[in-house]
Amino acid sequence: MHIDWFSFTPAATLIGGVLIGIAASLLVLVTGRIAGVSGIVGGLLRPGAGDASWRLAFIAGIIVAPLAYAAIAQLPAMRIDAGYPTLVVAGLLVGMGTRYAAGCTSGHGVCGISRLSPRSLVATLSFMLAGFVTVFLARHGAGA
Amino acid sequence: MKRVAYSGAAFAVGVIFGVGLIVSGMFNPAKVIGFLDLAGNWDPSLALVMVGAIAVGAVGFGVAGKRRQSLLGAPLQLPQRRQIDARLILGSLAFGVGWGLAGFCPGPALVALGVGQAKAIVFVLAMLAGMLAFEGLQRGQRAAPSDVPRGADLARRADG
Repeated sequence: MHIDWFSFTPAATLIGGVLIGIAASLLVLVTGRIAGVSGIVGGLLRPGAGDASWRLAFIAGIIVAPLAYAAIAQLPAMRIDAGYPTLVVAGLLVGMGTRYAAGCTSGHGVCGISRLSPRSLVATLSFMLAGFVTVFLARHGAGA
Repeated sequence: MKRVAYSGAAFAVGVIFGVGLIVSGMFNPAKVIGFLDLAGNWDPSLALVMVGAIAVGAVGFGVAGKRRQSLLGAPLQLPQRRQIDARLILGSLAFGVGWGLAGFCPGPALVALGVGQAKAIVFVLAMLAGMLAFEGLQRGQRAAPSDVPRGADLARRADG
C-alpha cells in the first residue's frame, strides 16, 4: 500500500465530517427524520407519498449548497473521470441498490452507525467492500 | 405554519449537509475513487469523514433517542427493521459497484448537480431511473396473482 500524502487532507475531511454529523443530528432532533439521501429521494417516487414538501426542501438545500459555499469562498475543484455510459450504469446500480438496501452512505454509513445499528454496519461494510473491489478491477484488473 | 417550519428546517439542514460534503471532498468523484483505490496511490482522507460524522452523530442520535418527539413536535421516525437479509447485502453490494464505477453516492451527486456538471445530471437521472425501477418491481411483487397459495407468497417475500 502506498499512501498519497500529497492528496491527504485530514483537517478538511474531518471538519466536513463534523458538519455532516451536525446536519444528521439536527434533522433527527428537529424533524424526527433520518438524514438518508437515498431514502429521502426515493420516498418522492413512491406513489401516494403525502410528505413531499420536506423531502424536496432537504434536496433543494443540498443542491443549493455549492452556491451558498461559492458566495463565501471559492468552490474546491472536482473531477468526474467516468464517461457517460459508465455514469448511466453506475447511476442505475446506485439507485436500485440503495433502495433495496434501504440506505446509502448517509442513511446507513453515518446515521445507522451513529445509532449502532448492526444492519447499517453490515450494509456499510458491504458497499465499501464492493467499492474497493470495483476500483481495484477497474484500475488494476486484467486489461486495465 | 408547522409545515413551513418543518420544510424550512429540512432546507437549512440540507444546506449544512451539502456544505459538509463539499468541505470534506466527498463531492469530488476523483477524491472518492482515490480513497477506494487501496492498491494504487491511496488517499485515506475520506475515512475521516466517517470519523467526524459518526462522532457527532452518535451524540445527536443519543440525545434524540431519549426523546418522545422531535423539537417541532413530530414523531421520531427511527428505522425499526432489524433483520440482516439478502436484500440488504445484495443491494449494498450493487450500490458499492456503482459507487466505485462513478465515484458518486446519492448526496454528493446532488451537490455536483448544483455545481452544474453535465455528467452529474446524467448520473442523477440514471439514479432516479434505478429508484423508479425498484418501485416498479416492488409493485409487481405486491400485485402477485391471487391463485398463489398464501404461504408460498409469504415465503417468497421473506426470501427478499
